[in-house]
Amino acid sequence: MNKFLAPPRFSLRAIAVWRRNFLVWRKLAIPSVLGNLADPMIYLFGLGYGLGSLLPRVNGVSYIVFLASGTVCASTMNAASFEALYSAFSRMHVQKTWEAILNAPVALDDVLAGEWLWTASKATLSGLAILVVIAALGFVASPLALWAIPVIFLTGLCFAALGLIVTALAPSYDFFMYYFTLFVTPMVLLCGVFFPVEQLPATLQAIAAMLPLAHAVRLVRPLLLGELPDHAGMHLAALLATALVAYWLALVLTRRRLLR
Amino acid sequence: MAQLEPGASADVLTVAGLHKSYAGREVVADVSFTLPRGECYGLLGPNGAGKTTTLRCCLGLTDPDSGDIRMAGEPIPARAREARMKVGVVPQFDNLDPDFTVAENLRVFGRYFGLADATTRRRIPELLEFAGLAGKEKARLPTLSGGMKRRLTLARALVNDPDLLLLDEPTTGLDPQARHLIWERLKRLLQQGKTILLTTHFMDEAERLCDRLAILDQGRIVAEGEPRRLIAAHIEPQVIEVYGEDAPAWAESGARRYVNRIEVSGETAFCYAEAEQVAPLLAHLAEHPELRTLHRPANLEDVFLKLTGRELRD
Repeated sequence: MNKFLAPPRFSLRAIAVWRRNFLVWRKLAIPSVLGNLADPMIYLFGLGYGLGSLLPRVNGVSYIVFLASGTVCASTMNAASFEALYSAFSRMHVQKTWEAILNAPVALDDVLAGEWLWTASKATLSGLAILVVIAALGFVASPLALWAIPVIFLTGLCFAALGLIVTALAPSYDFFMYYFTLFVTPMVLLCGVFFPVEQLPATLQAIAAMLPLAHAVRLVRPLLLGELPDHAGMHLAALLATALVAYWLALVLTRRRLLR
Repeated sequence: MAQLEPGASADVLTVAGLHKSYAGREVVADVSFTLPRGECYGLLGPNGAGKTTTLRCCLGLTDPDSGDIRMAGEPIPARAREARMKVGVVPQFDNLDPDFTVAENLRVFGRYFGLADATTRRRIPELLEFAGLAGKEKARLPTLSGGMKRRLTLARALVNDPDLLLLDEPTTGLDPQARHLIWERLKRLLQQGKTILLTTHFMDEAERLCDRLAILDQGRIVAEGEPRRLIAAHIEPQVIEVYGEDAPAWAESGARRYVNRIEVSGETAFCYAEAEQVAPLLAHLAEHPELRTLHRPANLEDVFLKLTGRELRD
């Protein structure tokens, strides 16, 4: 049991796993990017213009500009969650891709590290695609927005790791519904994607302050509005800590599942 | 327990005193065997006998409770990853990449061994030729038959030009043509000097391919040796199978005086006979036209069933 708790080992062999997933993605790249873009853009335009026309300026900007930065974060989270849950589970449990890789000189730590980095990369692409579109629409204030890219990647790492925990525990695809309804959806509603967290009652605000998506929004929104985020170090540290602890936990659970 | 000295032997795989339990149930109980270079060794056993667990221990995918394993010159599990550089695996269930073409499957798998794409690309025509898949580089996986997928899995296991091949039930689920083709290819690999460890529950497969084999039952090796010698050592040389609804009654009514041993299973009586007992028994059976008979030499399946019993193991 003890050896499953060992700290993660990283090696360059993880790159071969990353490249395998990248090659699959490349075959479907355009539909994949467009598919990932469609849903958040519909929300952004529908709510941003429709609901936004009823609203006063939010945090000093029009509602659609406010919503745009939240959408970048929420989309990054969604992309990471789908990849780490459904796609990784399919490779681990259904197609037995990991089993094949483990017969080669690649350790499970390398497989999981490859999956983690791949999921974060794919999530970054999703967040980046939205960033490009909203920048083209003029919803981004200054080149300070470029600093949002590393934050998006970190957000991807964070939700990739959280998703891999769920995958390590999942008996079947049905299990993922719980994660989405009990964790992902509440987070979208509590973390300042659609409205400022300050609109919530104090208790919910306190909960929101601890959720990883809230830290991402607190960093990305000011950057897209051309401002420096407050408490940037604390938010970055919170995201990084969540990513690392969650990854280690995911690794322990996956070792326990596959190396028995 | 045998102590393994580093680098001391020319054996490609040595397993000594292997034990592995899951939830208090001993799945592998004191398994030991050795594979010299160039040999084909079979692990035979009913479902749940511990064959796959033994392979997983050899690959370092699960840690044994006790025992020593040395594969391709490396101690397992300490240096399992290094050992796997020189090993090819054909798993029990196909785990090819369904999103890739035939060639992509090989190229991506080569990367797991640190092979440059150019190196693998040069080897692909030869590997596909060997697997009877020449010209199928660009074929998509869903278009391949079960036999073709199995052969591609074999080609994939050869991508790193391994010294040792581990095959877990390599022909389960294949039609006779596909099985014969796999057997022929495995023989070719043995001629090239590869060492093979295979698990199977097909006795004809084991008899054809294996220089030596072990019969596993409930985690223990109950017999080990060359197939011919195992048959000679454990069982009478001749078998007369007697079929028909009257066969069980016939077996109980004095037929046992003709032979050493009769086993009844359903409506078949298996009579195990020494050479000189055959003629009198057949003469006796000629007086019972209601019974159908088949006279054949004893085979590995008879040994297997004698040692592991006839009841189902699922």
